[in-house]
Amino acid sequence: MPAHIFSVLVEDCPGVLSRVTGLFSRRGFNIESLAVGHSEQPDTSRITIVVSGNDTQIEQVKKQLNKLIEVIKVLDISEAEHVERELALVKVKAEPGAGRSEIMQVAGIFRAKIIDVGSDSLVVEVTGDSGKIAAIEDLLRPYGIIELVRTGKIALQRGSAMAAQGK
Amino acid sequence: MKSGAQILIEGLKEQGVDVIFGYPGGVVLPIYDELYDADIRHVLVRHEQAAIHAADGYARASGKIGVCLATSGPGACNLVTGLATAYMDSIPVVALTGQVPTSLLGNDAFQESDITGITMPVTKHNYLVQDVRDLKRILREAFHIAGTGRKGPVLIDIPKDVSTAMVPDVDGPDQQPRLRGYKPNYQGHGKMIQRAADLLVKAERPIIYAGGGVISSNASAELVAFAERMCMPVVTTLMGLGCIPTDHPLNLGMLGMHGTEYANYAVTESDLLFSIGVRFDDRVTGKIETFASGAKIIHIDIDPAEIGKNKPVDVPIVGDARSVLSDLLKKVPDSCPHPEWSKKVAAWKKKHPLRYSDDGKLHPQFVIRKLAEILGEKGVVVSEVGQNQMWTAQWFRFTRPRQWVSSGGLGTMGYGFPAAMGAQVACPDQPVVVLAGDGSFQMNIQELGTVAQYNIPVKVIVLNNRFLGMVRQWQQLFYEHRYSYTELPEVHFEKIAKAYGIEGSTVTDPAMVEQAIRAALDHPGPYVLDVRIEREENVFPMVPAGANISEMIVGHHTTHEEE
Ligand SMILES: Cc1ncc(C[n+]2csc(CCOP(=O)(O)OP(=O)(O)O)c2C)c(N)n1
Repeated sequence: MPAHIFSVLVEDCPGVLSRVTGLFSRRGFNIESLAVGHSEQPDTSRITIVVSGNDTQIEQVKKQLNKLIEVIKVLDISEAEHVERELALVKVKAEPGAGRSEIMQVAGIFRAKIIDVGSDSLVVEVTGDSGKIAAIEDLLRPYGIIELVRTGKIALQRGSAMAAQGK
Repeated sequence: MKSGAQILIEGLKEQGVDVIFGYPGGVVLPIYDELYDADIRHVLVRHEQAAIHAADGYARASGKIGVCLATSGPGACNLVTGLATAYMDSIPVVALTGQVPTSLLGNDAFQESDITGITMPVTKHNYLVQDVRDLKRILREAFHIAGTGRKGPVLIDIPKDVSTAMVPDVDGPDQQPRLRGYKPNYQGHGKMIQRAADLLVKAERPIIYAGGGVISSNASAELVAFAERMCMPVVTTLMGLGCIPTDHPLNLGMLGMHGTEYANYAVTESDLLFSIGVRFDDRVTGKIETFASGAKIIHIDIDPAEIGKNKPVDVPIVGDARSVLSDLLKKVPDSCPHPEWSKKVAAWKKKHPLRYSDDGKLHPQFVIRKLAEILGEKGVVVSEVGQNQMWTAQWFRFTRPRQWVSSGGLGTMGYGFPAAMGAQVACPDQPVVVLAGDGSFQMNIQELGTVAQYNIPVKVIVLNNRFLGMVRQWQQLFYEHRYSYTELPEVHFEKIAKAYGIEGSTVTDPAMVEQAIRAALDHPGPYVLDVRIEREENVFPMVPAGANISEMIVGHHTTHEEE
């Protein structure tokens, strides 16, 4: 079952996120990732939700989202050419010495940034699609990952057209 | 300057609200104080659940929006079952609740409950008013949302300080609804309507499957006109009863678990299922894979999410049933293109009528037929839930939409009696009769106090079998007669009624039924008629859960048949 990326433009009001997530859990749709923030329009937020399911389920997700009064637009980004990104912060064990410079090399290859240097750890910031983040995670694991946080996926369709489809 | 409570009451009047069913408490005191000399009627119920069921019954019987009011915490929580009931059946209700002052929100204050959180899954929408300046707009939005598109309940939670806050009374653009994400679509798509018309004209064994959406969109006249224009038989869901008269020659009655044999056969053999305002609910379809498996499906619904939810559809039409049916009427010829099918359907109807035993005992079907005979075209009929509901659905003779009030989707025991109060308030000139089970009636029996206090002349006919009959029936059929906790002790409902100052009587002899019903209907006030029916009577036909709907258990009575 392929994952779909929904971009949901919503009224920026209290409770709207719980309406959206409540809908997913109530109807048995599984959220794989979720990201929320203000959109380009005032008083609105954009929620990006990754969900997998068969065609009927995905159709229901879209229709049920559209039924929420505070949802202004729903777009299945993955229906067309699109770009997607996630961001991860990885805190890795790094005693001063060879290990530390190896980690910095790995980060360099992935165009990741070292954003904090501690006496025996580094924090690496990496941006990319899920594959890239998984790859750097694999490479950093042998050094000892102390903590890892990642954002949900965000995505945009290519080209200048804005998500035209709505209700 | 005006207080929030004042703005609220004026806003309700602006919406044409003439009655509120409610129950007071601490945080709604400012609203009650405003109601004290407002010219809106307030009916004081005995339990908040009854307030929302009454508002719902009012809405179903009148087509208007029902309104109820409860205090915070326990009062608001008592509305939950009623909200879920209205939500499942798409009934327009606006529920107002008090809330603790905004300064205490989130503090576990006395009688605080997060009612907007609790009711999110059972309301079409809900609001917590944080600023009195939003109140006027929110009220307008709530009524608009409740009463348009696929209708449903909307809750507005009003903190006490919002009710008491004083603000200048302005009415500008900021007080108008701001609903850019809500635009229900009424007009069906022309291309889809044409495709539907093509299928309808070509079909050899078509059938109309009509539900609550037909009632809700006031499309009954168009539905009957369409059926007549094309000689198409009609089956209805529980919620659709009344959209075509029971006695109409094209009406095959209810389909599904307790549907008529001929309705279920006709659906199973059809080659075109013309579905209007229905949900393909499991109580209707039985095993979904075999439901109308040889048929193409046209589905009209105002809610796009209902189309294709349970079964793939060939022609989806998102729109208002009335608008789409009017469009379709112009596209099909006045003809009877399938005489063979009509003959076949008529033969089923003749061969497999509904029946009940003619052993001379007191059978509920007989009581309901008598009631139908006596009421004729008049009256609103309400049921509780269980066998009483199915018998009424099967045996009452419905003559018009909004004559039937019953909790379909949620199947809420305790709904009927308070809903009947609401229906009676909406229709003061009609007799309103509840067919109740002794179990269901006891779930909101305290409302005898309300009907007595306001002399709301609802007639309760208790089909008293001293069992939770429907559950007992399942235990008999599927659990080897093991009647686990379904037997109820004898209750003298007549005496309970009298304790409330309400008239009542008890019937044990079939010969007395007609006279007793007439006496109840002739009585000017509320009335409780306790009818001691055959205790182990079953509802047949019955499709076991999950079976194909053409595989019915039918009773083997030597019998009275429906005429
Ligand atoms: C609030 C609620 N609780 C439980 C049920 C499950 N239930 C469905 S029918 C039924 C029995 C109803 O008994 P009664 O009201 O006496 O009616 P009868 O079936 O005997 O006509 C029960 C318990 C329900 N529908 N609603």
